[in-house]
Amino acid sequence: MRSERWFMAAACAAGLFLSSQAVQAQGEVEVLHWWTSGGEAAAVGELKQSYEAEGGTWIDSPIAGGGGDAAMTALRARVVSGNPPAAVQLKGPGIQEWADQGALASVEDVAGENSWDEHLPEVLAGIMKFEGEYVAAPVNIHRVDWLWANPEVLARVDAEMPTTWEEFNAVADKLQAEGITPLAHGGQPWQDATLFEVLVLGIGGPDFYRSALVDLNEEALESQTMVDVFDQLRKLRGYVDPNFSGRDWNLATAMVMNGEAGFQIMGDWAKGEFLAAGKVPGKDFLCAAAPGNGFLLNSDSIAFFNVRDGDQQEGQKVLASLIMSPDFQESFNLAKGSIPARTDVALDAFDECAQRSRADLEAAIEADALLPSMAHEMAVPRTVRGEFMDVVTNFFNSDMSSQDAVETLSSAIERAQL
Amino acid sequence: MSSVEGSVKPRAAGWRLERWLPQLVVSPIFALSLFFVYGFIAWTVYISFTKSRMLPVYEFIGLAQYERLWATPRWHVALENLFVFGGLFIFGCLLIGLLLAIFLDQRIRAEGVLRTIYLYPMALSFIVTGTAWKWILNPGLGIEKLVRDMGFPNFTFDWLVNPEMAIYTVVIAGIWQSSGYVMALFLAGLRSVDDDILKAAAIDGAGPIRTYAGIILPMLGPVLLSAVIILTHLAVKSFDLIIALTGGGPGYATDVPATFMYAYAFQRSELGMAAASAVMMLATILAIMVPYLYSELREKDR
Repeated sequence: MRSERWFMAAACAAGLFLSSQAVQAQGEVEVLHWWTSGGEAAAVGELKQSYEAEGGTWIDSPIAGGGGDAAMTALRARVVSGNPPAAVQLKGPGIQEWADQGALASVEDVAGENSWDEHLPEVLAGIMKFEGEYVAAPVNIHRVDWLWANPEVLARVDAEMPTTWEEFNAVADKLQAEGITPLAHGGQPWQDATLFEVLVLGIGGPDFYRSALVDLNEEALESQTMVDVFDQLRKLRGYVDPNFSGRDWNLATAMVMNGEAGFQIMGDWAKGEFLAAGKVPGKDFLCAAAPGNGFLLNSDSIAFFNVRDGDQQEGQKVLASLIMSPDFQESFNLAKGSIPARTDVALDAFDECAQRSRADLEAAIEADALLPSMAHEMAVPRTVRGEFMDVVTNFFNSDMSSQDAVETLSSAIERAQL
Repeated sequence: MSSVEGSVKPRAAGWRLERWLPQLVVSPIFALSLFFVYGFIAWTVYISFTKSRMLPVYEFIGLAQYERLWATPRWHVALENLFVFGGLFIFGCLLIGLLLAIFLDQRIRAEGVLRTIYLYPMALSFIVTGTAWKWILNPGLGIEKLVRDMGFPNFTFDWLVNPEMAIYTVVIAGIWQSSGYVMALFLAGLRSVDDDILKAAAIDGAGPIRTYAGIILPMLGPVLLSAVIILTHLAVKSFDLIIALTGGGPGYATDVPATFMYAYAFQRSELGMAAASAVMMLATILAIMVPYLYSELREKDR
């Protein structure tokens, strides 16, 4: 009994001590995220260091697994039990879904003070806002519609980087005749969906993309253009090696690196793989926009949840202004392979692919061709994205006709919106 | 209060405690399973009638989630796979398990070693089995490459990446894992057959085939029933094997109801529809278990 009492007293003392510690610090923030692999972990380490340099307490809650599925499950449980983390890695329409539930906190005062509106592309800013107020801060901009190539392999068939899908098919046929796999690809639903959306942009153009994959317009989904997209996707299926099923994207990147394959269509996180292997852009590998006029945007962001504790609220504000500071945007994105979400950060320290990405981004903003990626949860809710992925991946792995695929797609999207 | 009573009538209190002790010990466990098993089953059924998406909501919308579920092609693929996988898996395990048991029953040398070898796959988790078979069946790494390197360049064995055939690779891995266990069940059954019966059969001039087909196998009925029940629930709840071996792919060609439910609940934010599919799975299991339990209970009553 005596030892029990002693224990209670000690626990109380420890609690008092801890809470007094927290008050002394410049805010506290718990960050739930799934940046756990190599370059990503390094990137989030940058954020932690900068935050602690400001004098705050950073509570790290990394939850790996299932591309964020495990983290989302944990998040749901925490919100339902009334104890949400202060900041969560969250993206796209997911931000709106949580905001709809009234779970997100506005950081509009920080955003207004630092005039975020002026420094962010309008499309991206729209995704970060709920009812006109910022509830999340973007850390980067990834481009999805990249075409990566091995110059040595291209030289073997005297080919250049293709700029249209006809040219791509011609080069791929030549590669295939030489016994080289034209397209390195991994048969996972999100990778299949990445090919699909790049083709929708490349064949249908930016307006068609917006109408079909963002606004989910039934006419666009059932149009002849969509049939053409599926026809080209069927062609790409023929350019993939027989062993592609279930392969991870970075193994496909390695095939391009080793000269086993000519091309890969993948977002600029693939660049991180090339750079990590010591390859030099322009010499050991080539980067170019996949054929098409537009820029498919994928962006990671941190959303801020409603917390009651004043200390945590303070921490959120510090974190928000830190995420959008030019210094952090530069160091984080150098580690992750993307480009800063702020368009006013100079890219002197970045490689030529990143500089090209920025130039295309500015051109796309100008031409109203900056589009949110469907495959990477920027354009539509997870429910709808899931239906897209089911149809596309089923098409890619069977001998379904393009006409059937279009009809299946249209009815699946209708069902998902019920 | 009980201490006062105890001091007055110690023997009665002791007797009372003895009478209530079993109930006292069992009741927390009973309450826990009532809440965590049956409570959550009821909750899942309720959720399947609501429009829950990302978070559970309690707005009742009738059978709409079930209508959506049955209109989804992927659910039909999952169900079909369950029947193909379940049927072949149960039949294959029973056949191979029985044959192995009969062969091992011939008083052969080193039986202990062989028995251990056949039973050992059961000691592995399905994740390990799935991963190992993924490598063995991968056309670029495993059997296909091996045979091609031996000088048969046209040999193809690409079931793992062929959407039509991929579900059969799951059957192969499942049978490899579980038939040793069925063998052990049958072997125990065979060993329990009375030697006098066998001697009588031998005196009557029955050959080995006649002895097995006409005498021993009919006596294994109860063993067969338990084997079928165990294999059936393994088949219906199979999840880890498929996740490790094919990941539900190529595409969603090897989806089963369990992987379907996981995908909809945790990847798609479709809690209501996932709950509906879970209820359908429960109904499938009940359809098998209820007649079995009913016949068991009725036999005991007699």
